[in-house]
Amino acid sequence: MTTEAIRGQAVAATAIPPQSIRTRPVPFRGGGFRPQPMRWVGPVVFLVLLVVWELGCHTGIIGSLVLPAPSKVWGALQDLYQSGLLRKHVLASLSRLVVGWTLGAALGVTVGLTIGLFSLARAGLLPLVSAIFPIPKIALLPLFVIWFGIGEGSKIATILFGTFFPMVIATYGGVDNVDRSLIRMGQSFGLSWSSIVRKIIIPGAMPAILSGFRISVSIGIILLVAAEMIGAEFGIGSYILMAGAIFSMEQLIAGVAILSLIGLCASGLIGWAERRLLGWRAR
Amino acid sequence: MEIQLKGVRHRYGEMQVLEDVTFNLPTGQIVCIIGPSGCGKSTLLRFIGGLERPDEGEIQLVGERPAGCLNPLTYIFQDFALLPWRTVEENISVVLEDHRIKGREAERIISDVLGRTKLTEFRKAYPRQLSGGMKQRVAIARALSVSPAVMLMDEPLSALDSQTRELLMDDLVELWLRERFTACYVTHNLAEAVRLGHKIILLSRRPGRIRQVVQIDMPLEERAARLMELEVIQRDLWALMRDEAMAADRELAHDN
Repeated sequence: MTTEAIRGQAVAATAIPPQSIRTRPVPFRGGGFRPQPMRWVGPVVFLVLLVVWELGCHTGIIGSLVLPAPSKVWGALQDLYQSGLLRKHVLASLSRLVVGWTLGAALGVTVGLTIGLFSLARAGLLPLVSAIFPIPKIALLPLFVIWFGIGEGSKIATILFGTFFPMVIATYGGVDNVDRSLIRMGQSFGLSWSSIVRKIIIPGAMPAILSGFRISVSIGIILLVAAEMIGAEFGIGSYILMAGAIFSMEQLIAGVAILSLIGLCASGLIGWAERRLLGWRAR
Repeated sequence: MEIQLKGVRHRYGEMQVLEDVTFNLPTGQIVCIIGPSGCGKSTLLRFIGGLERPDEGEIQLVGERPAGCLNPLTYIFQDFALLPWRTVEENISVVLEDHRIKGREAERIISDVLGRTKLTEFRKAYPRQLSGGMKQRVAIARALSVSPAVMLMDEPLSALDSQTRELLMDDLVELWLRERFTACYVTHNLAEAVRLGHKIILLSRRPGRIRQVVQIDMPLEERAARLMELEVIQRDLWALMRDEAMAADRELAHDN
């Protein structure tokens, strides 16, 4: 058979149907299930909530002891600022959080990498990590007070301990999930062990490490407040404790607002790090 | 550089995957290994490149490593194995860095291999921005950058659509005509094997044994125009493989 004989002929792609048959557009069924970014909605919801809250307090629907008005909370914040205590409380809390979390995260990533890379470390340390991870670290606070003193030591140790374990688990999970075919590629091109770890395993585990950062920062804030409720002169936790003791609800809410702000800033910083370090990921 | 395999046998647990495989990869030729799925052809390729060790038998490198060759046995993988966090040029530089090639020398090699694979304008792109065919071209450029003595290709075109596969096959032929590299090309696609192979080794179903060795003397550059003649060879090979492929398809999967 020659190629000429089997060569096809071009024809028109459409044929017009006769008039008598009903024609209609194909119904569209494919919409939805796709979250769209709407930047303005979040702030609007927040504002509406504040206005409703304020009005509720003014009209007396919400009792002043049940929930103080936002304007009162703002007043408490301003008092705190003018007395110069705001700076002291925030600085004390932030320094504990930064030191405790940095040490905890750094140690956690190191131990997590060790567990991910060495079978001996995995066999020896993983059961230990699994056993200690679920303990609420707040329960150990009195122990830390005895070990590290009532001052900064016990507070930093609590945060360090609390952020260490989630970081270990996030990191070794990330190492386990690195694409094996990439490691095989590295070996096949004769890359050294340390090159494979630095250029393939650590970047591959980075998404998991950064999401571990997110979780451990919020755990750090929780533990910060708990630790500051024992024997701290300054710190947002001690401020909230003091406000609660004298039933000053506007001060209590003001303290909580500061904590929320710290949390938002931390999450913003991690988001920035993610954009810098994980820009290669498809959005 | 040549590679000789003698009596290679291997088992995963209870299951024998390769049985007495003996052949050699002659310098400057492409040897295609085909066989039904699960016949151990990819395992065999991992043995040849030293990524895994066979239970029995020996695999010998014959001759000296050519001058300027950085990584004698270099793979091209089915899934491309590009680092998603590195750009095209960084994916190539990563394999040069460990050979202490940096700066201007690395720059020269990268420009050269990107030119040879027609990727010059994609230097700064990330793998996610590239099509499958482009990704495999990057992997080929990366392999060329270490001037391999033997290319070990593990189903390099299997993850691509048929049009891209056709284009890349032409590129591989063109590349071979220029470089005359030695290659072991594993595939389950008979059309690829008859287009690219100087020698085709047909493996049987598990445990993989050499069933037939077919030599095709037609020069690679003429094959695209003489598909009708290749079709005959391809049909003969398929006749040999058909029953085994059917039996392999009906086999239950083993965990290995």
